[in-house]
Amino acid sequence: MVKYEGKVVIALQVNGEAHEVAVRPSDLLLDVLREQLGLTAAKPGCLNGDCGACTIMLDGWPVKSCLMLAVEAEGHVVLTVEGLNGTAPIQKAFVDADAFQCGYCTSGFLMVCHALKTQNPLMPKENIIEEWLQSNLCRCTGYQEIRRAVRLMYEST
Amino acid sequence: MIPFNFIYYRPDSLQEAADIYSTLQSKGQKAVYFAGGSEIITMCRTGSIQPKAVIDIKNIPECGLLSLYNQKLQIGSVCTLNQISESKLFPLMRLACGRIADHTNQCRITLGGNLCGSIIYRETSLPLLLADAEITLYGPEGERTVPLRSVFYQCMQLKPGEMIVQVQIPVWALSARHYHIKKTANEKIDYPLVSVAAICKDSKLRLAFSGICSYPFRSEQMESALNQQTKSFEERVKQAAELLPEPVYADAEGSGEYRLFVFKNTLRQLLEDWDNGKI
Amino acid sequence: MNTAIGKSVRRKDAWDKVTGKALYTDDFPISGVLAARLLTSTCAHARILHIDISKALGIKGVKAVLTGADCPELFGPLLQDRPALARDVVRYAGEPVALVVATDKPTAERAVRLIKVDYEPLAVVLTPSQAMAEGTPLIHKQVNGYKKLLTDIYPEAGTNIASRYRMQKGNTAEAFQRCKVLVEQRFFLPPSAHLAMEVRTARAEISSDGSVLITASSQSPYSVRKQLSEAFLIPAGKIQVRVPYVGGGFGGKAPVMLEVLAFLASRSVGGKAVRLTIPREQDMASAPCRMGLEADLKVGVDENGLIQAADLTYLLDCGAYTDISPYMTKAIAMDCTGPYHIENLSCDAICVYTNHTYVTSFRGFSHESFTFCIERVLDMLASKCSLDPLEFRIRNAIRPGSLTPSQVECTASLTGDLTKCLNNIKQLAQWNGGNAVPIKENTVRAKGVACFWKTENPPTDAISGAMITFNPDGSMNLNTGVVEMGSNGQTHLAQILAEKLQVDADQVHVVTSVDTRTAPEHWKTVASLTEYMAGLAVVRAADDLLEQLRSNGSQVFGCPADEIEVANGRVFSKKNPEQFIAFKDIVQGYKSQQGESIGEPVLGRGGFMLKGLSMLDPQTGQGKTGPEWTLGAQVVEVEADLKAFSYRILNASTVIDVGKVINPESMRAMIAGGMAMGISLSSREAYIYDQDGIPRLPNLRTYKLMHIGQEPDYRVGFVETPEDNSPYGLRSFAEHGVIGIPAALGNALAAAFGRQLVILPLTPETIWRTPSEEHV
Repeated sequence: MVKYEGKVVIALQVNGEAHEVAVRPSDLLLDVLREQLGLTAAKPGCLNGDCGACTIMLDGWPVKSCLMLAVEAEGHVVLTVEGLNGTAPIQKAFVDADAFQCGYCTSGFLMVCHALKTQNPLMPKENIIEEWLQSNLCRCTGYQEIRRAVRLMYEST
Repeated sequence: MIPFNFIYYRPDSLQEAADIYSTLQSKGQKAVYFAGGSEIITMCRTGSIQPKAVIDIKNIPECGLLSLYNQKLQIGSVCTLNQISESKLFPLMRLACGRIADHTNQCRITLGGNLCGSIIYRETSLPLLLADAEITLYGPEGERTVPLRSVFYQCMQLKPGEMIVQVQIPVWALSARHYHIKKTANEKIDYPLVSVAAICKDSKLRLAFSGICSYPFRSEQMESALNQQTKSFEERVKQAAELLPEPVYADAEGSGEYRLFVFKNTLRQLLEDWDNGKI
Repeated sequence: MNTAIGKSVRRKDAWDKVTGKALYTDDFPISGVLAARLLTSTCAHARILHIDISKALGIKGVKAVLTGADCPELFGPLLQDRPALARDVVRYAGEPVALVVATDKPTAERAVRLIKVDYEPLAVVLTPSQAMAEGTPLIHKQVNGYKKLLTDIYPEAGTNIASRYRMQKGNTAEAFQRCKVLVEQRFFLPPSAHLAMEVRTARAEISSDGSVLITASSQSPYSVRKQLSEAFLIPAGKIQVRVPYVGGGFGGKAPVMLEVLAFLASRSVGGKAVRLTIPREQDMASAPCRMGLEADLKVGVDENGLIQAADLTYLLDCGAYTDISPYMTKAIAMDCTGPYHIENLSCDAICVYTNHTYVTSFRGFSHESFTFCIERVLDMLASKCSLDPLEFRIRNAIRPGSLTPSQVECTASLTGDLTKCLNNIKQLAQWNGGNAVPIKENTVRAKGVACFWKTENPPTDAISGAMITFNPDGSMNLNTGVVEMGSNGQTHLAQILAEKLQVDADQVHVVTSVDTRTAPEHWKTVASLTEYMAGLAVVRAADDLLEQLRSNGSQVFGCPADEIEVANGRVFSKKNPEQFIAFKDIVQGYKSQQGESIGEPVLGRGGFMLKGLSMLDPQTGQGKTGPEWTLGAQVVEVEADLKAFSYRILNASTVIDVGKVINPESMRAMIAGGMAMGISLSSREAYIYDQDGIPRLPNLRTYKLMHIGQEPDYRVGFVETPEDNSPYGLRSFAEHGVIGIPAALGNALAAAFGRQLVILPLTPETIWRTPSEEHV
């Protein structure tokens, strides 16, 4: 059994690196990534699980890091946009498709798309793509460009 | 950011979990069982709850089961809605899970969390109520397995310190003809104005609802009304609407009158589809 | 040949934004930075009897707790009517009441929750018409006692009216007599949210010598400097404002609010660095939102289907404080009729206080609101005249020689070509007359059309500037005061510069963040004026560069400067183009093979100040507030379920006269984004207040934005009628995609359901509640 009280040091596996961080059990994964590890790609947008700007990948699935405690991530594999190293097909696809304007929601969308491809190596039907991407909000684009980016991601590999 | 701190427990067994709860309770300290955490984290952030401890039950093996066993489908309470959908074992449940929150949140929200949630819709209860599911609970007084409907009345009626271990669904329900429709104000990702789940058992429709009243329910009276083959769709729908267990729910998503309008339309559609063999 | 203009040049910020390297205000390290949090009002209108901060101060780690008593200054860009923290009275639910500074966010938030405020509720005023009624409580006791920062703000003593603008042209009373068809209609549009994905945030620190450093998510770094300087009597030069990437603004980050609070927070702790973060809930309820509007319109048409007269009253719900609302009200008056030839006009646009969250500029600067009303009326008129609504608009379209509401004479250069836009959209949207077409049982498809136009309302003396330096490889660095918040102004400015120098756009590097210490002042990144104002500054800076390059070239080649040509990154003599010097060898001055130094390093600068704008005549409204107009036409097609009252938006089209297409892909994306925003706000967005003026839980769970899957097919077409004074003839375009969409959607749905839809948002329940036309 695990019991964490006060401030504790936990081990997190983030972007292929092992990190030890001192956290309060009530600290959110989002805050720990941003404020302690300096991984600020994941953004606070609503802190309520509604906008998806803080989406990261946990064991290959998308997770909104504002609705997860950092202590829950122990023993799991966390991936953020920084861990994509600029080489994930979705990153180039987003550039080529003009799939962002202000860029604030971009990291979250990138991680959802990357997780989509991780779970569905072949392009799924449009309704599956929609279902996954409906977890995120973009206020600048009309979403058409983001759809195009998902297609480019699948076509590029 | 949660402004206060709490103690975090991650027990490995049901016994451990219940012991932690009892110990804290004896000290007058508030503890909550924690699975997907979405609702608890939100409520802690906004200040509507301030537990002294959270007991994360995701490491308890019994709570994570998702398999067919002994003519029943067992679904552990910490199975996520996404795991339940992806397992493809219970088609009606898959439809219901697919319309709760959004896909990413479905990867975190658990069956137990949805059933015990403070948000009134608790839409996973609908397929379970229709399927005569049983539920296994564990608490300081030990384990019990009972029909869900005996402990789910409007919401989960748990004893202090009790948690959901798993639900068991009889296999007939897994292959039964079924129907699920959720109507929202406008946006697909939203709370329901009306959610209707239906399952066919012995050539009769069973129906359960969420959104139309302030709690989810199955109504045998309404089922009888809607199963009257001799009457017109219109009459059956009208009668069923009169048998709602409480006045129609109203909030900013939809007024009572409008919800009722949507509810009747939805039932009419359901009956037509049923009649046309689309269920 | 164009080297950069007209090309779909990739965004300069692209790779920063897909790798997480683009830093926004709250992405900078926080070690050593204190945290500030706000306590906001739980009442919409109340007297503050007592604030008990003792418990909050008692928490370990709390450094300061501020209330209204700590800040007597009042703020506002036009009328100084707003305290930083409420003093004595709160005027909207969500108004900042206290500010806690502590070692970290959790501590600050815990302290906030321990502050106790005693309120004595006052009567609330929740609609503009209620605010205008006789005997209504006054939200500001002495509205005419506040300091005015510009002369054309007209608060009316003893009322809830913050300002009023009139347009009088021709003789409406006489003209209405001639009309064969009249429509009189009232409209109601609720306030809504900007909802930039990045919540507003600010940081502040003060050096021991009194220098102030503000980092903020702002569209107006220079206004932050100005307002802090004026309010706290700090020389402007001692204030440095930095704006990194901004995660969406849409007008909502033009006001100065959190910057002042962050400054107060830092000042209260001896100048230590403080970050003020607010949750989404406060971003929606406490920071300013989009305006609400009530309108009463009367428009008449003669037997030829020509509009003869319009009598228009618009009441803008500015909420508890004015911010920029008086100018949004003025903007309504300026363009109140839509882009139509109407000779007889009477318009009253009134800015009214209510106990709602105060409002500020929103994409479209009020045009998306009043356009809904006027364009719905146009459809009602067309229908009564049995005319195709699109043909009806062509018949009445504004044209060279027409007078705008403020009696500016239209020319092709000034306003563009609406008839061409309307004709082009027929094809783009496959216009078929605007009648509903049955698809299957209970299902129809219908299209709605709407036109828009917009001029700007900056201060008459707004300025911009550009500075250019060269790198040793001959590429350039472009530095302006333009904020990068998504609208891609930096890339477009780089294109303008590249074109002037006849080089590829990748030879221009941009400074994506703004620092008021190093970037020349650009009024604000608002009003879609980046490419116009900063563009003209860039053109001048480029001319400056060219002159210096020619001077260096003439010295190297030993010929007059006017024989020197600059193109393709080379300097050469027209007489002998084969012999050239590459930029890299001449931009830092030239060194001959013998080591002789020739010429000077090349540094470009250009400034631009708007000219020829005027205040409006208080009686007739005559005057000109913006340098140009942009207009266009939009169509929305819906598929409607007549039984369920639900609908799907199939496609949305815009044909806009942008003067010159400088970046086709970027401009298309910006217009499509505007359409998306228009669809979202008109189909689902509204602040819902209860009877006590408390907004329903303001978060993204209940306040729905459009998600993927609901978006239509966007179609964008361009018309190019050049504007004579702008860079390459371009017009402003960044906001405009939003403006006519609510109206086009309303018109499509009215056609589909046969109901006179006059309120927003157009939810299925709204449509279901609207009586069908047979019953009207």
